[in-house]
This record gives sequence, structure tokens and C-alpha cells, in this order.
Amino acid sequence: MIRYVVSRLVVSVAMVLLATLVIFLIANTVPGDPVLTALGDMAASDPAQVAEFRARWGLDLPLWHQYWLFLERLAHGDLGVSISSRRPVLQDIIDYAPATLELATVAFILSVLVGLPLGVLAAVRRDTVIDHVARAVSLIGVSAPTFWLAFIALAVFYGQLNWAPGPGRLDAVSFPPDRITGLLLIDTALQGDWETFHDAAAHLVLPSIVLAAATLGLITRTTRAAMLEALSQDYVRVAKAKGLRGRLIVVGHALPNAMLPVVTLGGLAYANLLAGAVMTETVFSWPGLGRYTFRSAVTVDFPAIMAVTAIVAAIFVLVNFLVDMSYALLDPRVVKK
Amino acid sequence: MPTAAEPLLQVRDLRTWFLTDSGPVRAVDGVSFDVHAGETLGVVGESGSGKSVCAKSIMRLLDEPARIVGGSILFKGRDLAHLDDEGIREVRGREIAMVFQDPMTSLNPVLRIARQLIEAMTAHGRFTAAAARSRAIDLLRRMGVASADRTVNSFPHQFSGGMRQRVMLAMGFSNEPSLLIADEPTTALDVTIQAQILDLLRGLNRDLGTAVILISHDLGVIANICSRVLVMYAGEVVEEGAPEELLTDPRHPYTWALLHAAPRIDAQAEDRRLITIEGQPPDPRAWPSGCRFRARCPFAVEKCAEHPELLPVAAGRAARCWVTQEGGSLHTPERARPVVAAPVDATPAAPILEVSGLQKHFPLPKEAFFERQRVLRAVDGVDLQVFAGETVGLVGESGCGKSTLARLVTRLHEPTDGKIVFAGTDITHASLSAIRPLRRRMQMIFQDPYASLNPRMTIGEILAGPLILHGIAGDAAAARTRVAELLDLVGLPGQSVTRYPYEFSGGQRQRISIARALAVGPDFVVADEPISALDVNIQAQIINLMVDLQERLGLTYLFIAHDLAVVRHVCDRIAVLYLGKIMEVGPAASLFARPLHPYTRTLISAAPVPDPRVERTRRHVPMKGEPPSALNPPSGCRFRTRCPIAEERCTREEPPLLEAAPGQRVACHFPGRLT
Repeated sequence: MIRYVVSRLVVSVAMVLLATLVIFLIANTVPGDPVLTALGDMAASDPAQVAEFRARWGLDLPLWHQYWLFLERLAHGDLGVSISSRRPVLQDIIDYAPATLELATVAFILSVLVGLPLGVLAAVRRDTVIDHVARAVSLIGVSAPTFWLAFIALAVFYGQLNWAPGPGRLDAVSFPPDRITGLLLIDTALQGDWETFHDAAAHLVLPSIVLAAATLGLITRTTRAAMLEALSQDYVRVAKAKGLRGRLIVVGHALPNAMLPVVTLGGLAYANLLAGAVMTETVFSWPGLGRYTFRSAVTVDFPAIMAVTAIVAAIFVLVNFLVDMSYALLDPRVVKK
Repeated sequence: MPTAAEPLLQVRDLRTWFLTDSGPVRAVDGVSFDVHAGETLGVVGESGSGKSVCAKSIMRLLDEPARIVGGSILFKGRDLAHLDDEGIREVRGREIAMVFQDPMTSLNPVLRIARQLIEAMTAHGRFTAAAARSRAIDLLRRMGVASADRTVNSFPHQFSGGMRQRVMLAMGFSNEPSLLIADEPTTALDVTIQAQILDLLRGLNRDLGTAVILISHDLGVIANICSRVLVMYAGEVVEEGAPEELLTDPRHPYTWALLHAAPRIDAQAEDRRLITIEGQPPDPRAWPSGCRFRARCPFAVEKCAEHPELLPVAAGRAARCWVTQEGGSLHTPERARPVVAAPVDATPAAPILEVSGLQKHFPLPKEAFFERQRVLRAVDGVDLQVFAGETVGLVGESGCGKSTLARLVTRLHEPTDGKIVFAGTDITHASLSAIRPLRRRMQMIFQDPYASLNPRMTIGEILAGPLILHGIAGDAAAARTRVAELLDLVGLPGQSVTRYPYEFSGGQRQRISIARALAVGPDFVVADEPISALDVNIQAQIINLMVDLQERLGLTYLFIAHDLAVVRHVCDRIAVLYLGKIMEVGPAASLFARPLHPYTRTLISAAPVPDPRVERTRRHVPMKGEPPSALNPPSGCRFRTRCPIAEERCTREEPPLLEAAPGQRVACHFPGRLT
């Protein structure tokens, strides 16, 4: 078991480094010059100013040297200084990340809480109404474009019905809580500020549902397929022949076997939610990582791009590592003694 | 409580149909039988005869769209066919238990053995979890699982197939049911393990008084255990009786055909052709109106156009046959003596295949980064010669390296070490292009006729492929002619060319596989378990075909099988493999008459004979335990850990393969000592 953990860890770290190298090379080969965006047309036509700018940000060094410096700083926990905001990138990320973390986590919990039971029920009651509902839900969730869902949700439930609050994390009149974790739900709960807690929760409802839609669809569909597969196995027939009750057969025998593909997908889906909420964040004016990434890309802000990439890579690798670890718990065949 | 007169289980006119979109498939169509307390009832029949569906009907474990559409299943005063879900749940596992065919898939892979045994007992509220746990350990011990108190906490993948079937038996007996249904419980196991499991089952029936319904396609297995036998054909019981009588003097032509189609391990046949019946079982969507066996029956008379009932034909015997009901007998017809190929006078000087010191080691994927590389020694030093025109059999338990050896000599694998000489050419490390011309001379037939034919190609394309690849057929017309010849050769109709594999039965597909192998005109054919996936009558047809083709085309066969009776029947010489090494090799006749290696002796002893009277007189040499892992074979003689006569010397010294009788070589320090 320890060997299994260590070997997965070694592979994980290598994966993160590889991802940063790839994105470093890509960022340096795509057209677009940070000099132009940072200095503006006038200054960019002055060779002296350009040279001074390049020297200041290390852009005059050979590529390998630039990458080496990035790694060196990374080893010291320094992600560099953003060219556009002129603040340490780490500070930027600490500011923006909690909003995304909160949104993605709520969306993920929502999709698991709904998708998993729905998928199980659909498989157990195959070809009944519940199965058709589950298939419709997963089809819509997977195929409806997120930005479209976001606009419709906002227009209907905020614009027309006014059931939900508008964009942003809080109403303009609410006072944000003192920052402890940056997660509004947790910070307000810790400080006992229930009014703001409710406001934050209400603001999360629409964007998290919109963000959850695709993931929910995938989880429902995967759970259903995996359960159908598990329910058709010989050991399920054996369980029936033993005289076990239906619920025990579904929950105790089929579900543990069906969890493997669901966990794999769930891990990737969560990582995707964390890294890819750009659309939802834009429509709902959500001050999260997605919007920060988008802005950095537009301004060709190398340090910010590299940092965000490293973080996204780390998230994926971490989630995959956790998925691998959960395999070992779910399926005894993964780790052989 | 049922008395001796009152049966434990009474099945009456049971009809279980699959209600498909294209009409009902009448899988079980009017089956009646009794099971008395403590009795062992055998049910035989080929696939599709309805025997498994019958068993599942009793347990009400039918899958969609199967339904019990008629009849009753009386068990202790209740009709199981009409119990509600909760009622049947209480019967399942508690009063009637079932053991299934494949122990590898019958246990839930993610749950511990203990949990799976305990829940079988706690589900019926008869035991507390703690009591169930200690009972689980006792049961495993009774089933012969070593150090049961520790292994009970294992996961299924840590157990071999035989051990898992012991777990399934422990589960079956855990609630002391009055009836156990075992559906082909040993079909997926090696013959030595099968003998162990059957022994166990016999003992449990004797000690606990549990009635057993044993479903099997193997008459030998049935003969070994059962006190009464039902023969099923086309959804009906066609014959019923005690095995002593039914298996020696069958009163239904189908039973007769089953008995004659299977070669026996206790008899040397003069002719390699087996008696087979033509055609296939009728379509269960539309059974013929008369006797369902009539179209295939060599004894049919005019009256068979009427559907016969199952009626007494002798004391304690019943048959569904007009001929025997009217006192007629089923004699073995005189067959035209086939031209027996003149035995090869002198062994040709040069063998067509010569293998020496052959090894194949598979490095296993490492599970962890820093792990030591482990090596599976699938074939670990084999010397073997195959001479032109003969059939050499390769036998051994699963995992002994038979299939790897087959793939080595045809160079589908590259050997790790050793030498392979085919037709005078060293092909040990020959390149793909160097070996291609030789592939015309050596071909392979695979076990699974369902997996080995490309489902997207027509039969014509499948057969023309090798012709074009080897440049044998000059043009499309020549290829067509040759394909037609090939189909004719293996006894398939000419219009098969435009059809796809799924349109053919298993036996027909195996004919196609044979035709494909013969397309390029090979003289050496490696057949890897070519009949294991087939029903006994189809097995006989394929054996007959292979024997015919050998005579007509002068083929040389390397015939791999785990069924010793079949190997004895078709082979001139036999090599017995154990853990990647040859234990004994010699002429089939002398090897079976006087096996010199203890492994050969125990293998032969484990194979059941479909005649209870013969079974009683045979001396059984039980084989201990299970084969060790090829990752870490025992020191000295590899067989010593299971050998009944092993001595200290066997742990130190590996016995060389030496000639101990004319043409018979044995790797044993004490050849012939075990009798």
C-alpha cells in the first residue's frame, strides 16, 4: 500500500512539472507580446523602453533560463509578479480562488447528491418513468451549452420571476464578512452573521445549478450505465439466490462495484469545475479564477498564466491522485498484497 | 415434513417461456419430475435443452423476458411458481440453495469472503452476525479451505477457481437447506479440482442429508454422484432412470447419442470416428408437432410423427420414445469399417517439428515503481518432437503452459530461450518476413469459435483472406473456387460464402475456423482446445471432421486439450505438461495403459467415466491441493508438492525426462511406482 501511494506521488509531481513546461512552451510560441499590451503602442515603438521592460521582466533571457527561473521561484513558493496588476501573482490567486472553490464545490456536491441516486434508481427501475426522467435530465445537462443555460436562468429566475438574486457573490447592501477562508458561506457561519450567510447562499443557487448541469448529467449517465453493468453480473444473481433483500443487493453488492467509473468521472468533473468555470463566472459576474485566467490570457501576462496553469495542473493531478487512492479502498484488486 | 413417500419437490408440467418480440421461446415446455429428501438427481442435456432455465425457474431467478407461464413447483406444501416476492426470498438460500457454474464471477470482487458468507446466514435471521462468522469459518474448514480462520477475511481475487467453488458450496450449505441446486458446478474447473469438488459434494449429501439437483452436460460427472438421472432435450424430459441402467442401456435415442458421442477414458476405441447424430436441436420458437428428436433420430418410425409421452419402459425407468415404449431396443448399428490409415511403419528420420529447451518467460507489469521485476515462467524448458502424419496431444491443467507452447511453435510468441526447428528450418528467432512462407505450412485452430472469426467479414472474405495474403489464388475467380472447395471440405453449404459468422452455430463456426486454417494447404496444424466450447455431439462431429481431414490431406496435428478422454481418443502420442515442463510423453496406448508419472496417473484417475459400475471399480488417486504458481515453482521436482509418493530427494533433485519404457519418457525419480 505504501509503495502504491509513493509511486503514485512521484508520478503526480512529474506530471505537474511536465504540464508547466508544456504551457511555458505554448505561451512562448503563440503570437502576442506582453510588451505591447503592457506598454501601449506609443511606448512600444521606443526601443529603449522596450529593452528596459524586457530586462525588468526577464523576457530577454533564453527560454530555458526563463523556465529555470520560474521553477526556482516555484520551489520557494514564489509565483512571480503579475505584469498587468503588478502584484504578486500568489496574492491575486488568494483573492480570486475562494470564489471559484466555493462555487465549484457547491455545484459538485449538488451534482453528486442528485446524479448518483438518480442514476441508481434509473438502473434499478429500468425503462420506467424514473429511468426516462433520468435520461432526459442527463441529455439536457450534457448537451445544453453552459453560457446559454446561464443567460436563461438569469433572465427567467432573476429578470422575470425575481426568485433569485442577481449576479455577484453578495447583494450590494450586504457587508462582506471578515476574511478568514475567503469562502463566504464558511466565513459568515464562523462569525454567526446569518443574514449575510443567507444572502451568499441565495447568490450561489443559480450559478451552481448552471455549473452543475453538465456534471450532473454525466454523473447520472455514468452511474446508470455502471449500475446496469453491475446488476447484470453473476454475483448479483448469487446474492438473489442467497435470499438477500432487494435494497441490500443494490446498495451492498451492485453499488460498490459501480462506484469505480463514477469516482473516476467525479474526480475529473470536480477538477473541471474548478478550472473551467469561465463562462458561468463571466455571466454571473463571479470574481473567480476563471475570470482571472481569462484576463491574464488577454493581456499575455506570463507570470499569471504560468501560475494559473501550474495550479490547474496541480488540481487535476491532486484529484487524480485522490481518485487513485480511492480505487485502492473501493477495489481490493488494485493493490495486491 | 415430507415423508419418504411424499417428495420434497414436485415439479409438474412446468412451462418457462421467453416472451420475446418475435414470439415465445419455449425453453422449458412441460417438465415434470420429483426430488425426494436426501436424493441426488442429475439433469443432463446439451446447451439449449432447458436444464438451466428449469433450475432458475425453481429458484425464480429468471431474467427478463423469461416467465413461468404454466405448471407448478410444489415444495413443502407451497407452490414456488406462485409465491410472492417476499415468500420466494425466504425460500432462496434458506431452504433451497444454488451453486452456479462460474466460481470466478459468482463472488462479489469488492467484498470480503466473510461478509459474503455471513450475509447469507443473517439475511434469514437464523444467525446473529457473530454466530454466522464462526459458522462461516467452520463451513470453510469443512469444505477443505486451509487455515479458514485467516482466509475468511480474504477477498475473492486471492482465491483460485477451485477455492472459490468451495466458498460457494459453504455459502450454499450455510443455512442447512433441504435442497441444493448445483448448475454445472465443476464445468469451469480443471479435472483434478473437479474430482475434489465432486467428492466434497458427495460427502455433504451423505452427511447432511441435503437433496441435490446436479445439472451437467457431462455424463461422467452425473454417473459419479447421482442416484437418478433426467435427460432433457428440446425443453422436455426425454428419459429418466437410475444411472446404472440409463447409462449402460439407454431407452431414448438421444441418451444413446449422447453416450456414443463422447469418447471414454477407460476404453481404447478401434476407430477414431465417433457416432454422431445429424443436424441440430429444433427451434424452440416452433417445436415440431411430433417427437422433437425425430428429425435426428436413427431409430425413427412412422409413429414418431405423433408426440410421445414420458411413460414407463421398465421398472423405475421412463422414456419419451415410441420405439422403446413398445419394447424396441436401441442397438449400436454396424458401421462400415473405415479404412484405417496404415500405421506409420518406421518413425521418419526427421521430425516436422523439433523443439528443444524451449522457454517462454513473461515479465509481469510492476505494480509499484521500485518493485523487483517478477517473471511468469509459462513454458520452462520443453523438449518435444512431432513427426509427419501423427497427432500429438498436449494435456495439463489450466496454467500449465499448453497454449503458450502452441503459440511458441507457431511463432505467435517469440521464445525466451531454446530452439524450434520446423521442417528443417530454425525458426526460433526468425523474422516476420522469414517466417511468412512457413506459415503456409503451419496453421492454428483456436478454442473459441465466437471470438476467432471477425464478425464484420463474410465467410467468403474470411476464407479468401489467407489465400490472397499468401498469393495462392491468382485472381478473384480462383479464390472463389478455392473457397467453395474449402467449404465443401468441412461440410458447409456453398451459399455460406455471403453470410456472416453470427449466422452460424458454434459447431459450424469451428468448421469455418478449420477451413480457414486449411485454406493455405498446411501440413502441420496446431489445434488449441478446438472442441472445448462445444456440446458433446458437436465435439464428436468436429473430431470426426479432423480425423477425416487428417487421412485425406495427410495432416500432422498438435492437439491441445484438457479432456483426457478426447486426447486418448484422437492422439497417437501424448505429452503431459505441468507448470511449464513435460512430466511424461509417450504413445497414447501405453501412457493410458500404464502411466509412469504420478501426475499422469492422478489426472487419468480424476477423469470420470459415464458408468457408475466402472466408476466403483476404478482406483481413485486423489490429487492434493492446487497447482503452485508458475511465478515461483517448487524446487526439485515441480510436482512434488501435490505428489502422493514424493520423497525428500524430490525436493532437492529435479528428475530429468528419461526413457522408462519403449517410446515413453518420464520425468520422475520413481517411474511407475504409483499404481
